[in-house]
Amino acid sequence: MYSYENEVVEQTENTVHLNVGPSHPAMHGTLRVKMEVRGERVIKAEQEIGYLHTGFEKLGEYRSYNQFITLTDRLNYFSPLNNNIGFAVAVEELLGLVPPRRCQVIRTLLAELSRLADHSLCVGALAMDLGAFTSILWTFVEREKLYDVFEAVTGTRLTTSYTRVGGIAFDLPEGFESRVIAILDSMESTVEKLRGSFYKNRIFLDRTEGTGIITKEDIESFGITGPMARASGVAYDLRKYRPYLIYDELEFKVPTYTEGDSLARYKVRLDEMDESIKIIRQALKLLEPGPINALDQKHALPDKLSTYRDMESMIHHFKMIMPGSEHGLHTPVTDLYSSTEAPNGELGFHIVSDGTSNPWRIRIRGCSMLNYPIFGRLMEGSMLSDLVAILASFNIIAGELDR
Amino acid sequence: MISMVLTLLRNPLVLAVIKMFVAIGVVMSAVPMLVWLERKLSARFQRRIGPNRVGPMGLLQSIADAIKLMWKEDFFPRNTDRLIFLAAPIMAFLPGIISFSLIPVGQAEGAEWLGPNGVMAVSYLEMGLLVMMAVSSLASYGLAFGGWASNSQYPLLGGIRSSAQLISYEIVMGMAVIALAMKSGTLNLSEIATQQQGWYLPHWNLFLQPLTFLLFLIAAFAETNRAPFDLPEAEQELVGGYHTEYTGMRYAWFMLGEYAGLWTMCSVIATLFLGGWTLPAAWMGWVGHFPWFVAALISFGIFIAKVVALVFFFMWVRWTLPRFRWDQLMKLGWTILIPLALANILITALLMEYGGLYVR
Repeated sequence: MYSYENEVVEQTENTVHLNVGPSHPAMHGTLRVKMEVRGERVIKAEQEIGYLHTGFEKLGEYRSYNQFITLTDRLNYFSPLNNNIGFAVAVEELLGLVPPRRCQVIRTLLAELSRLADHSLCVGALAMDLGAFTSILWTFVEREKLYDVFEAVTGTRLTTSYTRVGGIAFDLPEGFESRVIAILDSMESTVEKLRGSFYKNRIFLDRTEGTGIITKEDIESFGITGPMARASGVAYDLRKYRPYLIYDELEFKVPTYTEGDSLARYKVRLDEMDESIKIIRQALKLLEPGPINALDQKHALPDKLSTYRDMESMIHHFKMIMPGSEHGLHTPVTDLYSSTEAPNGELGFHIVSDGTSNPWRIRIRGCSMLNYPIFGRLMEGSMLSDLVAILASFNIIAGELDR
Repeated sequence: MISMVLTLLRNPLVLAVIKMFVAIGVVMSAVPMLVWLERKLSARFQRRIGPNRVGPMGLLQSIADAIKLMWKEDFFPRNTDRLIFLAAPIMAFLPGIISFSLIPVGQAEGAEWLGPNGVMAVSYLEMGLLVMMAVSSLASYGLAFGGWASNSQYPLLGGIRSSAQLISYEIVMGMAVIALAMKSGTLNLSEIATQQQGWYLPHWNLFLQPLTFLLFLIAAFAETNRAPFDLPEAEQELVGGYHTEYTGMRYAWFMLGEYAGLWTMCSVIATLFLGGWTLPAAWMGWVGHFPWFVAALISFGIFIAKVVALVFFFMWVRWTLPRFRWDQLMKLGWTILIPLALANILITALLMEYGGLYVR
């Protein structure tokens, strides 16, 4: 028994206490794993969270619905647009508001582009953690192009804050379609390159095949969603299961594998990138001119341009933005859970509204939060090197973990 | 004046000192170039630009890095064994230079005073191959001691990994060399090199002993701790492995050692399997018309070209393949490579006895 950073650790025979993280090259973000190892074999592993605590849920009680969108950027900071859209969809369901067609198509487009960005980082990072550094830079080039598009659309690269309740902040810029099509083409070739480099690579297969196997029962009992669930044979995808935006009009498959190991999770992500590319190609054809904000002045902000030009819009804008109980969104006294398919799984918002312009409570169901707990159990009995192969295939984002 | 210098050069003691300085100079100037090459090549593979600020094409980047590292804080972790902690980087670095001194880098025909047949090597040994094997495996001590002396878990794991890996793959390399020595009938490195010259086509051991070459190459990757065998370092798992706790110039010694080892290992492969400084004799006839020092430079250039080509291959592999897991590495070494190496010895023996191949 010895003391380690004020924690008393029970030391069993012939084991060494190994502390991985929160500052460690493989712990993307600020994850920490405490392990008992005997040689290279992990006897016990326990993950610890809380090194990136942000307090978003508490902060949400002091923000209006539109202000909370800026906080959702920081949830899963690799796909902020998905979080923005997820929250906007939740609030609109609460209000019974239906945004116009163009807004829905744009949201679908950006959600899928954002999914591509998130997945491309994850598949690159898995190979990088296994020692093949080059793949992450290939995918980073694609991600960089996507971020350039996000910058053109939303004005920022990372903290996009793009959606508003009942609409979006700005319309798409000129030349958006041609830029996206060019990216899709290069993205397709990158995905093919990754398949070519790793699907038949003996070392890569040895490292990922059979490591970190999650069974179907575990998926259900731990509440794991997203690519991780689909890699274990649970074809749970909210875009199919409970379609939102325009997903019911689009044709796409839900790639599913039954192995449940790191390799299956890698393959699911690559296949999903293909599906996302298909979805974007279809959605681009549905893009028609029209209004981008809902014409519901009690709930949705008016267009920025009309706010400057006509008096009614300006009054509505003023009434929406001003703090105080007589201003802001008019919400019913109710509570509602709404979820969307984020790149890592089901991103849910449970909103409890007390009729004022601020939510009484927002509870976020982060995908990483529910995907992470099984990690310690998978590590027990595996080799130390499996740590990176398993963790990287989870794609745990600390921002989503500690809210 | 020139004749005076030449007379002085014929003094064996003076010559030995000069040769030593040249050998150290070659390795020490090769290392920064290798670091630069690695960074430039990895940038090419990864669609980046790489260093381009310091000097033309970033050539002086390694010098700038070295200057920076020299000014870093002289840091000792708590409760370390200082003597071993200090000695480890040097121990990792020295074998690279020492084994390079055994390798013949060229031939100056007619300059008998340089060495037998004008072969340019610091030490011309009859059992050069054996000494080379003995010295190059010493580098693992540096890594193991560095890992041990750091008094921390990650370096310790790195040190253990490195000693396990080097012991296993040393056996493979030794067995590969046995087959090669059987075929060549000598342990003299320059003789092995000249045997591969041929008249029109090269009689390189690469073609005559492909399995030996493959085994030696894999073992060489493990010996130099380069991907996919960079487990002792394993940045993503062990942070930096054996050199996690090292800073400044002591860290730089480890890096120098790694690249010096790479350079030496590529020189060894070039000598053993690619014919060293020689090209097929039919193409080399014109060299004889030049004075000895021009011939020396040409043969040295051929040697360097082969080594650099091998270095390129090593770097290409490093930036392409993922890393093995520790148990998979041991499995590969003990259950696949060692039986294969034994079979290789048998095949070579059978070919020599009954096949009539490799007739000397």
